[in-house]
Amino acid sequence: MKPPPFSYHDPETVPEVIDLLGRCENARVLAGGQSLMPMLNMRFVLPDHVIDLNRVDALSYIRESPDALEIGAMTRQREIEFDATIRAACPLLPEAILEVGHRQTRNRGTLGGSLCHLDPAAELVAAAAALDAVVTVTGRAGVREIAFAQFPAGYMTPAIEPDEILTSVRFPRWPKGHGYAFVEFARRHGDFALCSAAVLLEKTAGRITRASVTVAGLGAAPARVSNAEQVLVGNAASGGLFREAAEHCRRLEAIDDVHAPASYRQQLGAVLTRRALEKANARCAS
Amino acid sequence: MSGRVLGQSVRRREDAGLLLGKGRFVDDIRLPGMLEAAFVRSPHAHAAIERIERSAALALRGVHAIFTLADLLPHLVTERLVVGLPSKSYKQDRNRPALAYDEVVHVGEPIAIVVAENRYIAEDAAALVEVDFEPLPAVADCRAALESDAPRVHRNAPHNLLAEFAMAYGDVDRAFAGAPHVFRESLKQHRGGSHSIECRGAVAVHDVLEDRLTLWSSTQMPHAAHRLLCDMLGRDENRVRVIAPDLGGGFGPKLVFYPEDVVTALAAMLLGRPVKWIEDRREHFVATTQERDQYWDVEIAVDREARILGIRGNLIHDHGAYTARGVNLPHNAAETVPLQYEVPAYRMNVQVALTSKVPVSPVRGAGHPQGTFVIERLLDRVARELGLDRAEVRRRNLIPASSMPYTTQLKARGGMPVVLDSGDYPACQAEILERAGWADFPGRQQAARAEGRYVGIGFANYCKGTGRGPFESATVRIAPSGKVHVYSGAAAMGQGTRTMLAQVVAEQLGGAVENVTVTVSDSAAVPMGLGGSNSRQTVLAGSSAHLAAVAVRKKALKIASHLLEADESELEVERDRVRVRSTHDRSVTLGQIARSVAGTAGYALPPGVTPGLEATENLVIDDMAHANGAAVVEVEVDIETGHVKILRFVGLHDCGRILNPMLVEGQVLGGTAHGIGNALYEWMGYDENAQPVTTNYGEYLLVTATEMPHVENYYRESPSPLNPLGVKGVGECGVVPVAAAVASAVEDALSPFGVRITQAPIFPAQLVALIEEARARGQKNT
Amino acid sequence: MSETRNIRVTVNGVVRDEQVEVRLTLADFLRQKLGLTGTHLGCEHGVCGACTVLYDGRSARACLMLAVQAHGHEVTTIESLAESAERLHPLQEAFSDNHGLQCGFCTPGILMTLIELLRDTPDPREEEVRVALSGNLCRCTGYQGIVASALDAAKRMRAGTPR
Repeated sequence: MKPPPFSYHDPETVPEVIDLLGRCENARVLAGGQSLMPMLNMRFVLPDHVIDLNRVDALSYIRESPDALEIGAMTRQREIEFDATIRAACPLLPEAILEVGHRQTRNRGTLGGSLCHLDPAAELVAAAAALDAVVTVTGRAGVREIAFAQFPAGYMTPAIEPDEILTSVRFPRWPKGHGYAFVEFARRHGDFALCSAAVLLEKTAGRITRASVTVAGLGAAPARVSNAEQVLVGNAASGGLFREAAEHCRRLEAIDDVHAPASYRQQLGAVLTRRALEKANARCAS
Repeated sequence: MSGRVLGQSVRRREDAGLLLGKGRFVDDIRLPGMLEAAFVRSPHAHAAIERIERSAALALRGVHAIFTLADLLPHLVTERLVVGLPSKSYKQDRNRPALAYDEVVHVGEPIAIVVAENRYIAEDAAALVEVDFEPLPAVADCRAALESDAPRVHRNAPHNLLAEFAMAYGDVDRAFAGAPHVFRESLKQHRGGSHSIECRGAVAVHDVLEDRLTLWSSTQMPHAAHRLLCDMLGRDENRVRVIAPDLGGGFGPKLVFYPEDVVTALAAMLLGRPVKWIEDRREHFVATTQERDQYWDVEIAVDREARILGIRGNLIHDHGAYTARGVNLPHNAAETVPLQYEVPAYRMNVQVALTSKVPVSPVRGAGHPQGTFVIERLLDRVARELGLDRAEVRRRNLIPASSMPYTTQLKARGGMPVVLDSGDYPACQAEILERAGWADFPGRQQAARAEGRYVGIGFANYCKGTGRGPFESATVRIAPSGKVHVYSGAAAMGQGTRTMLAQVVAEQLGGAVENVTVTVSDSAAVPMGLGGSNSRQTVLAGSSAHLAAVAVRKKALKIASHLLEADESELEVERDRVRVRSTHDRSVTLGQIARSVAGTAGYALPPGVTPGLEATENLVIDDMAHANGAAVVEVEVDIETGHVKILRFVGLHDCGRILNPMLVEGQVLGGTAHGIGNALYEWMGYDENAQPVTTNYGEYLLVTATEMPHVENYYRESPSPLNPLGVKGVGECGVVPVAAAVASAVEDALSPFGVRITQAPIFPAQLVALIEEARARGQKNT
Repeated sequence: MSETRNIRVTVNGVVRDEQVEVRLTLADFLRQKLGLTGTHLGCEHGVCGACTVLYDGRSARACLMLAVQAHGHEVTTIESLAESAERLHPLQEAFSDNHGLQCGFCTPGILMTLIELLRDTPDPREEEVRVALSGNLCRCTGYQGIVASALDAAKRMRAGTPR
């Protein structure tokens, strides 16, 4: 299982990357390599050009602002796991990242790589959807932002043009003391989730004032379950409320394949959402 | 049962090199001028080959040759690999061709070999070879394969029944006719592949000067490979040598001789350059033999006291598209069902079906896990129906120790009766249940249920024939250097064979394990050998080495008594010398003894002795030494997700006399992990067109350190009377009871719902569905 | 089309200047170009961990990297662990004493994974060891001997001179 032949480029700046993307037909961008290299080794992709981003230092950063956290696309997953700033500002991310692969893959894997690969079960993709992340994309036409809900264009296909790359991701902050939980079901530790649920809660005077409920693994992209969110907002937290909200997740459309029937994924969607709601609520300041 | 080194956890001599990263596995072998190969393989489960076009591939820079069967035929005595273990049950011969030429019958079947400067280029070229296929209908399911209108796996075959046999004794019909209770189960079992972390591989080189072909092959059976190469290439025994270098695991499928082995060898001969072929993981999924599906439809008849009156049923076994080993797997499985219990009448009708998939051959356990699953599920059923404790049902039926050796009415594949040589099955069961807290569990279960947790306990006994004969060769020689050299036809695959042989021989010759060198895995080191399989090497190679060492010891003492002018009874062998026991004042080294019989021109040898200080033994043991044991498993089932967590795993194993406790524990643990994989994780999936759908490690799940519970193992030693060491094999024991015990535990955990587990592996989605169905049937009783 | 590059990689403390094809994986570079065959290939799709090395001190799957990426970087392999054939690293000694290996094929990858773990977490709990090992497949041992070896090694390394 050896990679096919290709031309290799290792630019050092973003403009160089954009220039290469403009000139090279049938090019693939290499970030952490944890998704692209297996595909190359198995010859599932046959690019003529591989554009390696690992020397573009400018894409690796973590920046705080009062209302958001901005993380460069080439930031390694291990940074997300260990960085104190991220843990304080956006605790859903490190909780999700612990489910992502293994130490070896997180040492190399990147935020941008995972988001652009858009595996339906990818934890970072689910977390980005839950957090209403805004993705910044840079191309020949300049810089533009994409709300994460618009980022998946199809199965494992992000809404970026061939001459663009994802350069950073902005995660709007939730207030201090917010409830958060990332719960997934995978066959083994570190496996891709069969299903995951990401929940964020805000409460005031005992009532839920804001809720984000995301279920991933059922369809091609994570689903923000607005029906569940609507059930929650304005009400006091209770087991019954959470069960009711979770049942909306059972009604999501789900894939049927050799690994699991649709009904099972829907069951997981409901169960994991309920468990995530309980976990998030326990962490949530009233 | 301890000797001076036997019974001790002697550290492995294999370790240092491996730990340093200096192991020599087949892919580590590099020879000057070596080329690398890749195979063009069938993407279809069944197709006719119309045309093979190589010109574009040959034009690629760095490509040296592309061979199809047409190129190789002039150099082959026979185009087919005739490897099947003999059996009267075959209805057709389906031997693999060295390369497919006009028909392919499974995804992954090799069609051509591409030889290039390196593997990268070889793969580039393989992708450019154009093969015109005419797709033909494929058969994915072994039951469907036996329907009269099923497409033929081989287009010119009359049907897909490869073999058929019945294993039977006693008057089964009468037993059932009069029985107070008859229970029926339909069981589906699936086991997957070997997945040794090292795939297969071979390096072939032809020495023109000596006209000798050497093949390094990641094989468990160098002598078998040697034989086949000699036969297929028309070369005599001295013109071929097969060496197994360090093996990164075997587990069964590496004992098979494959098309890639003979084709790589031929390529090296035709090109006059060494050729290396290393299997990659995707190839392992589609081109290395594996176990797969068995469908059992069985009935058990018992009396009012739950004593077995008879067992009967049908087994349909998936053989794959060719015979790569034989029908031993279904034979073992059918033999195992009644093996450990008193079963007065038995009949299992076995049909072995061809399917459009890679051939099936034994993987660690070799049919015994499946037979065990059947009997243990049946006994659980009896217990449930009669309202008896599961352990009690077994107690009433286990063959008692007083009956040993117990001649069953079963016949082994070679035709001899199956005799249980030793073992105390009831005592093993009693011990493990005590250690596992079986009697207390209902209380713990109640407490858990009160918390809304579904925990269960399961239990399975097992018994397995080990040490399959007829023999393994061993030569022990003391050299003038003083070193004790051991040569054996045994083949190592990671289990510490060399350490075992060194211990066995050192026990007789001074106790200094480090003074013993061991050579195995080489067809040139000993003229005869069988190699590794069936948990046989400690039993057979160990026994032959033991007897040879005893003979050498006897001769050494005789010579030493002459040299030291002392009576033999006054002498002892201590480390590297023979000395007078009481005084230690006179001694002669083993090397000096060897020198004294090495011969000096013109001088007589010591009186009454023959030249040399060596002995060769090929001890014949036809009967198998039966190891036995049990597993008790506690699980918790998350009824909402179907996840099964193993809370506790207790094993008990009687593998006869234990020569090295550390190595035995390692074998059992490895087998246990494999068994957990078979119970809960490993599924080699195919779609309805016999296309494999699990071809990478994201889809095919092996147990990792986080899924593995901490296993508590206990041991008993019932020495086997069948060999001088009293040993039994242990390499496969760990895997045999696991799926049965886990199924039993899951069923117990879900008993409030009345869920029945009738298959292995069990997956979370299936459990959730079973719970749903049971709820719909309204069977929840708390 | 065999595009090549000159790379300078520090491997086990030694600077190596080599010319490589751009598609050559880091694993094949180590094994074939440098003859460091201790790093093994078990799956070539990043799951089995047999190819685990330290890249700039962090564990990484060498089958999922290209040699050209390592230009200017440091790679540490199994061959660097022992002082000599006679003086093994305490981790290696612990493996021999606790039967942490059988066929040895997965072992180098596991040792490199554990070197990182024990450096970052010198006193790990069993659960932490198992999680750290979850990215390395072993078919022989059932992991129990490996876990025992790791915990024993941690003790020895805490007691002795850290490496």
